[in-house]
Formats: sequence, structure tokens, C-alpha cells
Amino acid sequence: MTTSAPARAPRTLAGVRIPTRLDRRYLPVVGTFVVLALMLVVGGTRYENFLTPAVVSNLFINNAHLIVLAVGMTFVILTGGIDLSVGAVLALSTVVTAALLQAGLPPAVVIPLAVGAGTVIGLAHGVMVHYFQVQPFVATLAGMFFARGLCFLIAPESIAISNGSFVELASWVQIFGEWKMSSSVLVALIVLGLAFLALHFTRFGRTVYAIGGGEQSALLMGLPVARTKVLAYVVSGTCAGLGGLLFAMYSRSGYSLTGVAMELDAIAAVVIGGTLLTGGTGFVLGSVLGVLVLGLIQTIITFEGTLSSWWTRIVIGVLLLIFVLLQRVLSLRRT
Amino acid sequence: MSSLLRHHLFWPVAALIALLVANTVARPSFLAITVRDGHLFGAPVDILRTTAPLLLVALGMTLVIATRGIDLSVGAVVAVSGAVALSHLASSPDPDSPVTVLTAVGLALALCLVLGVWNGFLVSVLGIQPIIATLILMTAGRGVAMLITGGMITTVNSVPFKVLGSGFWLGLPAAAVIAFGVFAVVAFVVRRTALGMLLEATGINPAASRLSGVRSRTLTWTVYAASGLFAGLAGLLISADTMAADANNAGLFIELDAILAVVIGGTALSGGKFNLSGTLVGALVIATLERTVTVLGISPLVTPLFMALVVIAVTLLQSPRMRERLMAATRRPVAATPPEPQPAARPDSTEVKAR
Repeated sequence: MTTSAPARAPRTLAGVRIPTRLDRRYLPVVGTFVVLALMLVVGGTRYENFLTPAVVSNLFINNAHLIVLAVGMTFVILTGGIDLSVGAVLALSTVVTAALLQAGLPPAVVIPLAVGAGTVIGLAHGVMVHYFQVQPFVATLAGMFFARGLCFLIAPESIAISNGSFVELASWVQIFGEWKMSSSVLVALIVLGLAFLALHFTRFGRTVYAIGGGEQSALLMGLPVARTKVLAYVVSGTCAGLGGLLFAMYSRSGYSLTGVAMELDAIAAVVIGGTLLTGGTGFVLGSVLGVLVLGLIQTIITFEGTLSSWWTRIVIGVLLLIFVLLQRVLSLRRT
Repeated sequence: MSSLLRHHLFWPVAALIALLVANTVARPSFLAITVRDGHLFGAPVDILRTTAPLLLVALGMTLVIATRGIDLSVGAVVAVSGAVALSHLASSPDPDSPVTVLTAVGLALALCLVLGVWNGFLVSVLGIQPIIATLILMTAGRGVAMLITGGMITTVNSVPFKVLGSGFWLGLPAAAVIAFGVFAVVAFVVRRTALGMLLEATGINPAASRLSGVRSRTLTWTVYAASGLFAGLAGLLISADTMAADANNAGLFIELDAILAVVIGGTALSGGKFNLSGTLVGALVIATLERTVTVLGISPLVTPLFMALVVIAVTLLQSPRMRERLMAATRRPVAATPPEPQPAARPDSTEVKAR
């Protein structure tokens, strides 16, 4: 193990000696980054106008909600759980936003309520998972059905959002030369920043990693396992609520069938971003790279023009396979 | 009474009976079965027919879950199976000939078996976590199904194939006969040979069972292959029912329904002990629930909400903590005996049945 280490060390930062443990931890994320860069280069050489600020800006604008979902999902997956409800909670949040705005409530009241709906559902998941020891898969599956059913109960049909100040908020764009940033991208980046700080610079973040590494050990170390685990689901639920708000801003409507299978995209992004589904290993920045990879696949298929939409799913599947195999090889080497 | 309460099938069966009672109260003729043209008709028969695909998928899922795995790809496999069978029928000159239908069925099942073997390979040979390994096919599978149908909803007329979905054999719906037949055969093989015990051993501790001579790897591989095959069969029943291969919507969420059926039936997702009778009851509960929503005149769009409430109720009642409480309550008269932690720790315990 030690003999092969120097050969691999230069792969990250030439000249700087990094302890090999650190090197390995970052390898999956570096892999994601390489894939992203390769896709950009291949796209840039194949198509004109691919490597333009407009395309890259749109990549963020179109995927802002998914970034927020993936960030929330990362917390849950790091604790060794999973949250299948995020797509449905996102839909619930869009429906709540649209329905309440239609009822004439001001955005200042509607926005906290829409995000809060996600928080409450997340809290329920956390309580079910931790206190009733229901498997995360089942608990969040029930939450998914619950949120989806609630959507239909509130509004079976799509509601357009016409509230003046909400639309103004949604269409706010900051332009830097050829780059542009919408309000949803700004929110997504703030969420990302907060999540990064929470995971790496707070006790809560370290406990999240500790639970994923071994819940029993974390408990024996005296860490607040119960609180942290519940909080991880609350974070994911809140992120899904916020993601719904961003999606409502993006689509200017609330519809109960939005976000079907979006939880799969979020999970795929997290896995492609190098987070292990067993928990304990992974980075929130990796998840964002994962979202960008997924978004870029979509962009390339749009640019290609002749390829049909179903190739997106096949390519995502193949990419998942490659990353899973890569992780497997890395974890085999570690032991 | 307390032993009845503790029986692993108590809550699922109670849920099923409650649903049936609710239906009968809402519509007194609900349980009536009539004979028309030598076939049985009525809501219960219809429930059996609609349960068929779910039962097949849940059967495979139970075996996979017993080995501590999960198969998320079954919905995609259902779509692939329908796409292959109907595309073959549509492209053949004579879709009504039995040979064409048999070839279509054979092709679809063979491909689904291959998909199952692929999942098994990823899990048992490469050692990838089951949830991830099958997530790959779950994501890519529908894309493959669309590739096969060319993105269209393939429709075709074929009398012999249609029998699979809506025909009758021996007075019963053909789909139900197939599904319950397969279920009975598998249950017999698993429970009357050592196979079931070996599967449980693999699920409880793969390493220990391998060291004691159980061929865990082969067993794991086999259950994924079986799950793929059963999902393929379910896909045939679903596509024969609608006579259309819809790559996007065929078998949508059936993996979740199947997992629910397994969980409602009292098999823990953590692997090990499994019970097929529970899965049967679970599948019936889900099919009856869907029926109940229409009988009670509730918009079918709200079905998920009811599903959620039932799932939450059943899983909470089955959760270890709740069982502890219940057990403490029923044992209060003999307070001198300390509560034994064993049954509380394993809610799926089949020893209860054996006692």
C-alpha cells in the first residue's frame, strides 16, 4: 500500500506532498471534475458556441433547484440514510407557493410557508427514522406518497403564478458582461456555501460524518446522534422546500406532477459527485459537480440535435456505472 | 390474544380486513362474485387480477431483500419487457399466431433474465451496494425501453397475447392464475427445501454463511436473476392488459409498491428472515387500497395520500419501539417477568410462527 503511494501522489497537485489519505478522499471528486472538464472540452471542440458564458450561465440557471436538492440529499446520504421524498416535496412546495399566491397572500408570507412545508416533512422523516427505527428508505417513501397526495389535494391542475412582486423576484438577473446570474442561482450558491460551512466547520457537520462512519461509535463517543440525524433529514426537507420555491420561480407555476423521478437525479448527482451511499465519505461540492455533469449531458444532447431524449437516461446510467466502479476500485485499494 | 397480536401477520391482515369492511360498508355488493360465461366476475376477482403484476414483482423483491439487497430496477425491467414483446409482435407479419406470441414472450423474458443477471453480477461479483447497482439500471432501463420502441407507444392487436392480461383460465383471470401459480411454486421450492434457510443465512451474515459453506455469491446472483425474470413476466401481464408498450409509464413506481408490499408483509429491509405469505398479504393490501379509493368515490389522484397514511400506520405499528410498548402493555399483568428484548429486536421473526 505504501509502495504504490508515491506513484499516485502527483496526480492531484504537482510538487506538493499531500498525505495519501487526503489524496484518496478527494480522488472521486477529482474524477468528477475531470469528467466535467472533459465534457466541456469535447463539447467545445464539437459544437460552436458551446463554451460560451451564456451556455454555462444557463447550466446553472436551469439546474439551480437540483443543486439545492443535491446539497440537502448529501447531508442525509452522509449519515448513511436516503431521502426519496425530495421530488415530491419539491412539487408540494411549488403547489403551496402557487396556491397561496393565487389566494392573494404576499410573497413574504408564502415563501416561508412553502419552505416550512419541506422542513416539517423532513422533521417527520427524521423522527420516524430515528425514534421509530423505520428504515430511511421506507420512511421517506411514505413521505413521498404523502407529499404527492397532498399536492393533488391542494391543486390537481397547474396553477400559473402572476403575483407581481414574486415574478419580479423570479426574473431578477444580475449581468456581469456576458455572464448572468438569476436570483435562483444566487440562492443555490448561498445554500451551497452554508452547507459547506456547516459540514466542515461546525460540530454538527463533524457529527454527520461520524454517524455515517459508524453510528454505534458516534453514540459511544457521546456525540448527539439523535439530534444530528433528525437534523440531517430536516436539512434535506428544507432544501427540497427551497428547491420547490426555486422551481416555482423558474417555471412561474405550481404543478403537482413536477419533480417526478427528480429524487433519482438528486441521488445520481450525489453519487457521481463521489459520495458513498453507505455514508461517511463525500463532499457537498462534489454533489454540485455531479449536478453540473447531469446538466451538461442534457446540454450536449440538445446541441447534438440528432440524438433522442432517451439517450440522456442511458448516458446517466452509464456514467453512474463508471463512477460506482471507480469508487469500488478505490475502496478496495483502501482495505 | 397477546400471541395473536404478536403474530407477524396480524397488522397486515387487520389492514386488509379493515379495507374490505370499509368497501363492503360503502358498497354492500362489493364482495359479491357472479358467474358469467363460465368466468368469475366481481370486485374480489378484479382485485386478484390487478394484484398479479405487483405480486410477481414483490415476490422477486422479497427474495432479493432476504439476501440484504434491494432491486430498484424492476419498474424499468417491466417497461423493457413490454417494449420487447410488443415491438416483436408489431414487427411480425402475423401477430395472432401462437408461435409469434411465444417468441415474443420468450424474447422478453430472456432479455429480462439477462438484465437480472447483470444486476446480480454487479452485486455479487463486483460487490457494489445493491441500491446503487440497481439504480444504474433503474435510470438507464427506461431509456433502453424507449430505444426499443423508438420513443413511441407501440400498440398492437394480438388475441393470444391479450389473454395474458385480460383473459380467463379455469374461470379465473389468466394473469392471476400465472402470478399465483408462480408464487406457489416459488414458495414451495423456497420453504420445502433448504433454499429459504440458505437465503436467510446469506442475508443475516454473508461472510459467516460463506465460511460455513453456503454459496452466498451464487445465491445472491440467482435472486437478482429471478427478480429480473419475475419483473419481466409482470411486464408482459401489464402490457397485455393495455396492449400498449409505454416505455415511460409502464410499471412506473412498481418498485416502490413492491417494496411497500414486502415491508407491510413484515420482512425487514435489513435482510435475513423473510416471509412470503406476508408479501402476498402486502400486495393484496396495496391492490385493495387502490380499489377502495375508487369505491369510496375519492379522486384517484389522492391515492398516494392514503397509501402514505396506511404505510406510515403499518410501519409505525411494526417498528421495534412500538412493539416494545405494545408488548409492555399486554404483559403488564405478569410484571414479574422481565420483557425479553429478542422479539422486539427482530420484528420479522418467523420463530413466532413456528412456536
